[in-house]
Amino acid sequence: MRLITQPAAAPVELTGVSKRYEKVTALDSLDLTIEAGKVTSVLGPNGAGKTTAIKLMLGILRPDAGSVQLFGLPPTSRSARTRTGAMMQISALPATLTVIELIDLFRTYYAQPLERSELVEIAGLQDLERRLYGKLSGGQKQRLAFALSICGNPDLLFMDEPTVGLDVETRRSFWQSIRSLAQRGKSIVLTTHYLEEADALSDRIVVLHHGAIRADGTPHQIKSEASSRRIRCVTLVRPDEVLALEGVRSARFDRAVLEILCSDAESVVRTLLDRDPGLRDLEIGGAGIEDAFMSLTSDDTVNQNNSTRQQEVA
Amino acid sequence: MIAATDDLQSTRFSLGQTAAIYLAETRCELLKVLRMPSYSIPTLAFPAMFYLLFGVVMGKATVGAGSDLATYLLATYGAFGVIGAALFNFGVSVAIERGQGWMLLKKASPMPVGAYFAAKMIVSLIFSLIVILLLQTLGLTLGGVTEGLSVLASMTVILVLGAIPFCAMGLLIGYAAGPNSAPAIVNIIYLPMAFASGLWIPINALPDLMGRIARFLPAYHLGQLGLKPLGADIGDPVWQHVVYLTLFTVVCLTGAVLAYRLDEDKTYG
Repeated sequence: MRLITQPAAAPVELTGVSKRYEKVTALDSLDLTIEAGKVTSVLGPNGAGKTTAIKLMLGILRPDAGSVQLFGLPPTSRSARTRTGAMMQISALPATLTVIELIDLFRTYYAQPLERSELVEIAGLQDLERRLYGKLSGGQKQRLAFALSICGNPDLLFMDEPTVGLDVETRRSFWQSIRSLAQRGKSIVLTTHYLEEADALSDRIVVLHHGAIRADGTPHQIKSEASSRRIRCVTLVRPDEVLALEGVRSARFDRAVLEILCSDAESVVRTLLDRDPGLRDLEIGGAGIEDAFMSLTSDDTVNQNNSTRQQEVA
Repeated sequence: MIAATDDLQSTRFSLGQTAAIYLAETRCELLKVLRMPSYSIPTLAFPAMFYLLFGVVMGKATVGAGSDLATYLLATYGAFGVIGAALFNFGVSVAIERGQGWMLLKKASPMPVGAYFAAKMIVSLIFSLIVILLLQTLGLTLGGVTEGLSVLASMTVILVLGAIPFCAMGLLIGYAAGPNSAPAIVNIIYLPMAFASGLWIPINALPDLMGRIARFLPAYHLGQLGLKPLGADIGDPVWQHVVYLTLFTVVCLTGAVLAYRLDEDKTYG
């Protein structure tokens, strides 16, 4: 006889979650399920709602509408909090406590904390144990924040912009730590505004823009969606006609030159030449991946408005 | 379902673990404060300095019913010191830590939120005790205070417990005010309130109108309670002071809870 077991609840489940700050809508009816054992990056420009999403998942903020569940439990429940670790963006800790005092304090919050020596080693804080928090460098503070976030050996780890302001070397060593946690089967949710970072670390990227999901998929899918070619030419074809073509992300005048960002440059050029045999000064180039990502999270409406205005001028 | 129940039980804190968390919080809070001379020195030194100047040096004149000034001011500067420890430790430090996101990190952890506040209160009480013992030592050695141990001991107990309403007041200020304005607000309230409550100059040496205003101030009631063991208070019954201070505590805590709720919806911790 087999026991009937319920499927384990997802580490994070957001259903129709909205959050407003006075006049600004930070999140607009967001649905998001984070799968166990994966690294998920929430990517987006500043003000996209990333930190708000993390705070809602941690139960620090209450949603105005919708529900947030961690492991099928309210995020404020002690059960959920015991299985969760958090590394927040701006957390200055008391300057007059030492590294080891802070680690030991956080270890008391958990019934089965990781060993002190193990935490020191994972976070690379050897020889810094007796140093006061106020005397640590930025990178060392960030490493301590990381140690505190994994004190309870969490199944789910939230990291809000974990590598912002770090030098390249420290950033790489952080990536290494995140990867090794992922290998141990932890679910990790991290926010970042670097596509490169999301690409290097994650199984899945969720692109957030204006509090809604703009794209969601593997790094490969996101990159191919975001990757663009740039076409520049002088032509009589109007930007609104070009925008109607398949795969065109934006089209606008740069002085007299029409600049087009699109996924399939060849087919767009073919159409342009058909419609305007007098087309000249044609250039085709690749757009940088970060530029392309910007096009994914920029406002199409702004581009369209620009192009219409530019067209009138032209 | 069974798994879920098991899970809940395994993460419920045992009594021993809860005690360990409260102890660790208190220890860290105490270490943190002791290593900040900018907090600990004014808290301890200002009441002692004032007491030395006004109580010991200028303490020849006699006021109150059979108490000389050095003895009288032991109670009122004791109250002054206790209130300072509570307002600065609670009001200012809660406000500052809220702005820094330290509280945010703790909120996201399984720490019972009461441990954070309890630790701050216990540290305030410890500082209160140190202030009072310091003043009493000065009084006995330099000020010619002759009161017996039992009188001084009951004054100590009354004043240390009297820190509680002001911890509540500090909590309210800490949550109602932003991280930058809390120290200024505490100073604006603390010093005038101490003066108007007769903690610096005996209340019956102040104009009659001020004596009447003083009855609305919590610091006045603590001062009067501190003077009771000396028999140097104005003579209002004990219950009036206790009722006032209890109501004051309840009002401050209610306000603090409301401010805490509002705060949860703001962007900073």
